[in-house]
Formats: sequence, C-alpha cells, structure tokens
Amino acid sequence: MDPVRNRVDGGPSGPRPRRRFSRRNIFIYGTLFVVAVYYLLPLYVMIVTSLKGMPEIRLGNIFSPPVEITFEPWVKAWAEACTGLNCDGLSRGFWNSVRITVPSVFLSIAVASVNGYALANWRFRGADIFFTILIFGAFIPYQVMLYPIVIILREIGLYGTLWGLVLVHTIFGMPILTLLFRNYFTSLPEELFKAARVDGAGFWGIYFRIMLPMSLPIFVVAIILQVTGIWNDFLFGVIYTKPDLYPMTVQLNNIVNSVQGVKEYNVNMAATLLTGLVPLVIYFISGKLFVRGIAAGAVKG
Amino acid sequence: MESVSIRDVSLNFGAVRVLEKLNLDVMEGEFLVLLGPSGCGKSTLLNCIAGLLDVSDGQIIIKERNVTWQEPKDRGIGMVFQSYALYPQMTVEGNLSFGLKNQGMPRDQIRERIERAAKILQIEPLLARKPAQLSGGQRQRVAIGRALVRDVDVFLFDEPLSNLDAKLRSELRVEIKRLHQKLTNTMIYVTHDQIEALTLADRIAVMKGGVIQQLDEPHTIYNRPRNLFVAGFIGSPPMSFLDGEVMAKGNGFSFRLGEHEVPLAGYVAETELAPKQAAIFGVRPEHVEIHHEGDVPETALYPATVDLEEPMGADSLVWVSLGGHTLSARVDSSQRFRRGDKVRIGFNLSMASIFDQETEIRL
Repeated sequence: MDPVRNRVDGGPSGPRPRRRFSRRNIFIYGTLFVVAVYYLLPLYVMIVTSLKGMPEIRLGNIFSPPVEITFEPWVKAWAEACTGLNCDGLSRGFWNSVRITVPSVFLSIAVASVNGYALANWRFRGADIFFTILIFGAFIPYQVMLYPIVIILREIGLYGTLWGLVLVHTIFGMPILTLLFRNYFTSLPEELFKAARVDGAGFWGIYFRIMLPMSLPIFVVAIILQVTGIWNDFLFGVIYTKPDLYPMTVQLNNIVNSVQGVKEYNVNMAATLLTGLVPLVIYFISGKLFVRGIAAGAVKG
Repeated sequence: MESVSIRDVSLNFGAVRVLEKLNLDVMEGEFLVLLGPSGCGKSTLLNCIAGLLDVSDGQIIIKERNVTWQEPKDRGIGMVFQSYALYPQMTVEGNLSFGLKNQGMPRDQIRERIERAAKILQIEPLLARKPAQLSGGQRQRVAIGRALVRDVDVFLFDEPLSNLDAKLRSELRVEIKRLHQKLTNTMIYVTHDQIEALTLADRIAVMKGGVIQQLDEPHTIYNRPRNLFVAGFIGSPPMSFLDGEVMAKGNGFSFRLGEHEVPLAGYVAETELAPKQAAIFGVRPEHVEIHHEGDVPETALYPATVDLEEPMGADSLVWVSLGGHTLSARVDSSQRFRRGDKVRIGFNLSMASIFDQETEIRL
C-alpha cells in the first residue's frame, strides 16, 4: 500500500495531474498529423508547381519549393491561355460562370424557399403528392434527362444560351432545396405561424415578415450548396452552352487537356487553383453563419 | 347575451371524429374554461373558434355574426398561445403593432393603441426590447397585449401556463384573473389543469372524446359532477369510488357497502332512485370524517383500518380500508394516524355523489 497516496491528510487534493506526452496523446496527434499532411500534400504540390517556370519543372522534383518564384503562369492561366480559337485565358470562363451561378442560385433559392414554406405551413390539397413527386425527381439519373432537356430548350429557344443553363440549374436544384426549406420551416414553432394568421398577415406577409427573418441559417446553407454545386458543374455546362459561353470548369478542362504543344504544368496548376478558389472562399466566409441559432426567444424559456 | 355560440360543430380528420355535434354558448364577458385530458378536443375546438381550423359541419357565431367561413383576422378574436409565439426578430413594439399594420391602420393611431395597451399591462419600459430579453411573465403580458391592441371581442387562451414552473404559473394565473376583471372581455381558456380551471373560470366545460361532459360553475362541477368521468377528473386528491347497491329502506333509501348500510338521508338525488340498483358511491376525501376508536361522535359509524398516512403540510390524507374497499379521508395535520390503527369513519352525504354503474351518470 502506498503510504502517501492513501493518507487522508496531506493526500491528493485538487485536479488530478495529467501528463502532456502520454502514449495516448502521441498516438492521437501523430495520426492526425499524418492524415493532415496526406491531404495537404497535393495542394502543396499544386501551389509550388504553379509558382515555378517550365525549366525548373523539367528537373522533375515536384516537392522542392520554387528556386525562383514567378507569377507568370497565373497571369497566363487567367488572361492568355488558349482554348480553341479564343486566347483570352480563364477570365472568360470565370465571368461566364459568374453570370450562370448568380442568377441560378438566386432563382433556385427564391422558388424553393417559397415551395418549402407552402408545403410546410399551408398544407394545400395534394401537398403530399406534390412533395413526393418532387422528391422522386431527385432520384432520376441525370443522364436520362439530358436529351429531352436539349429538345425542350431548343423548342423554347433557349438552347445554347446562358439563360437556358440557368433554367436547367434552377430546376435541378428544386428537389433537394425544397426538401431543405420544407424541413426547416416545419421545425419552426407552428404557433408563430398561427399567431401571424390571427394578426391578419397573408401568405406573402407571413413569408417575408415572419419566416424569412428567422431563416438566415438555412439560406446560408442553401447558398453554399448551390454556389459550390453550380460552380463545379461540368456536365450541364458542356451540354447546354456554346464554346464562347462555356463555364470555368469546362474551360479549365479544355486548357488542361489540350493535346497540342508543350504541356505547361505550371499554367495548368494555376488555372485549377483559380477555378477552385470560389467554392473555397464561400466555405471560409460562411462557416460561422452555419451555427447561428436565430429562433431564440420565440418560445418561453 | 351570447358572445360566442357554437352550433352543432363537428370536425373530422379523415375518418377520425374529433368533435361531434358540439353546442356551446359563451356569455358576454364570461370567463369560460375548456377542461379535459389531452386528446379530448379542447384545443381543436379553440382553433375552430379562432378560424385556424375549418369545421366539417356546424356554425360558429361571434357577437351575432356568423363567422364560420371567415379568416381568423376577421373574427374579432385574439389568441394567446402556449409558447406565447412572440415574433423573435421584432421588438415588443413591433410585436404589438404587427396586427395593426396588417389592418393598414394609420401610424399615430397605432402608437395610441400601443401606449394604451402598454399602460394597462404595465409593459411600457419593455417596448424596445426583443422577446428573448423578457421573463416568462413579461412575455405573457406582451402576448396578451398583442390581442389587446387589436381591440378584439374575445380572447382565446391555449394552455398559456402549461410549460412554466409551478411558482410562475400560480403568479401568472392571478394576473390573468386580474386582467379579466379589468378588461371584462369574453375569454375562452383551454387547460388540462383543474386548479387553473377552478380558480379562473366563471363556468367550466369538461370535455372528453370531443363531447362536453358537463358545463357548469366550478362549484357545481366540483360538488355535483354529472357523471363518473367528471367526478374522477376533478379534484386532487381524487374522489374515492366504492361499488355497491342502492336499497330501499323504510321510507327512504340506503346504500349497501359490503356488510354496511349507509342510509341516504340528506343525499339530494338527481333522478328517482330505484331499489336493487347497482351503483357507485363517490365521496371526496374532505367529506369523509375519521376518528380514532374511543372518542367517536354518532355520525361516524363504520369501522375501518388505516393503511397509510400522507402528510401534505396543512392537512394529511389518510387511506383506510372499509370492508374490502379503499378510500381516503382528509384530516387536519394535527391528528396523527398510523398503519393498522382501528378507526371509525362517517360520510357527509349531502356532498357525496352516487352514479349508476352502467350509465355512469349521477343518480
């Protein structure tokens, strides 16, 4: 028996001492470190390569940091790289993508949030069937619908235009976004909705004055989903637009996969990083808004 | 004059009948409580009156206007919800003015109304706050204020106290009662809490299975319950029920309880009593007297044994067995009873209830 440890007076008191370098800690943090390095390495290689000149790349050591830092590849990727007949770089694709993403995100969220609100709160006749059909749409493979949509767009005269693509993105965003908004609005206290009805607010009054102000978190989630989804889209972009309206992803592919001339790895890396920048920025600035609880105070504590 | 009349109202959800041919008249300025266990249709009825639910059949008349097909806002009602449902993003003033703005009322008139309501409810210093910054009691006042500014005829309360702690609940109960005396509006109040019902109501409608079981003043509901359900639902600690038989005895009747016969002198019967009728004798704990063997007055006739004593502060509840039946008696806490004590009990027959065993209706 340990005479000190089991003594009542002068024995242990206060917090139990902890060892910082216990075997457990070393194991946990070691694993985390290795996994983090594994995931960050490709990004490191891309950044490093994009800052090198071609002669340095030909040396073959992809992990070595650049001896001479040059931003030439970035400038070239943005403004000079050639795809087909156009030689104005990714900038064209970037602005096309902006012109596609902004209206698509706005339209799809505007329509889906009203859909979700109507389904959650107004329970019109046939609401359940409508909802089931909508959700069912989410499970039909895109490939099945590609050609019919080409025909539809051609018939309404939108084939090959940016607005045609916006329309397609809006429709394909509908099932998941409607589900998202419906579930969120269902989770808001129903009594708020009833109180607003007693107070004489109508369909739009309740939507804009009561529901919208309480729904910032779900709108942020929807915006993140849509911006990254639509920005990263390749399939619809390549099918429903013409070469000079191609979104950034399609143009990136055309730059990287061009078979003529020398493979400019540094330009390709810079172009890829540029394309990925928008979703990254969205994640960084919106992360905090995810966790905001806004309905606090609606219900008595 | 009737303020709210409900005429033959039925409501079905698919095949489920929630309300069945329900009739109810609420008088001008009356405080009516709808009381019942959960699922009895009381909140549904309130939502029908408010217009938040469409009835399947029947009419709803408020202030001599048939409002059956009208929107909630046009019915002249204000509603206070269980969660209070204050709009969280608006200030107290915004909450109060929301309904008035929807009516398109001019701005200075809105301010006037809000000032008046805030004064009555003593929430003037809170007008700039958000609901999250208010206490439970303040939230309730704002919720009432939202109905008050709209100058409605009828206030509807949907279990406004049921998720508060016991202390706050009794405080706010008093406040609601005071407010009713001040405002003199008609109020319809839904609750499953019988204490709230008994303390607040001018009349109570006890509901079960979508049907009103009894509609009476609290005193009558408590002392002369119309059927077994009302008798068992109202009262805490609950009424004791003893199975037995009504018997003819001399000129009158008596109730046979096992080997004992309780003469029914003093019992005011609702209907003609018939001999050899299987019945249930119901008596509240405070209408049972209980004495230790020894110093027994003449009224306490029946020997019993003490099972259990439950001290409750001011008084105690004593459970005794009387010839195989168990019943409880309420005694002053200065009297002590122990398990196994031999006692004698007596009944205050004018306050007892007798129900037919088959129909469960008061005899």
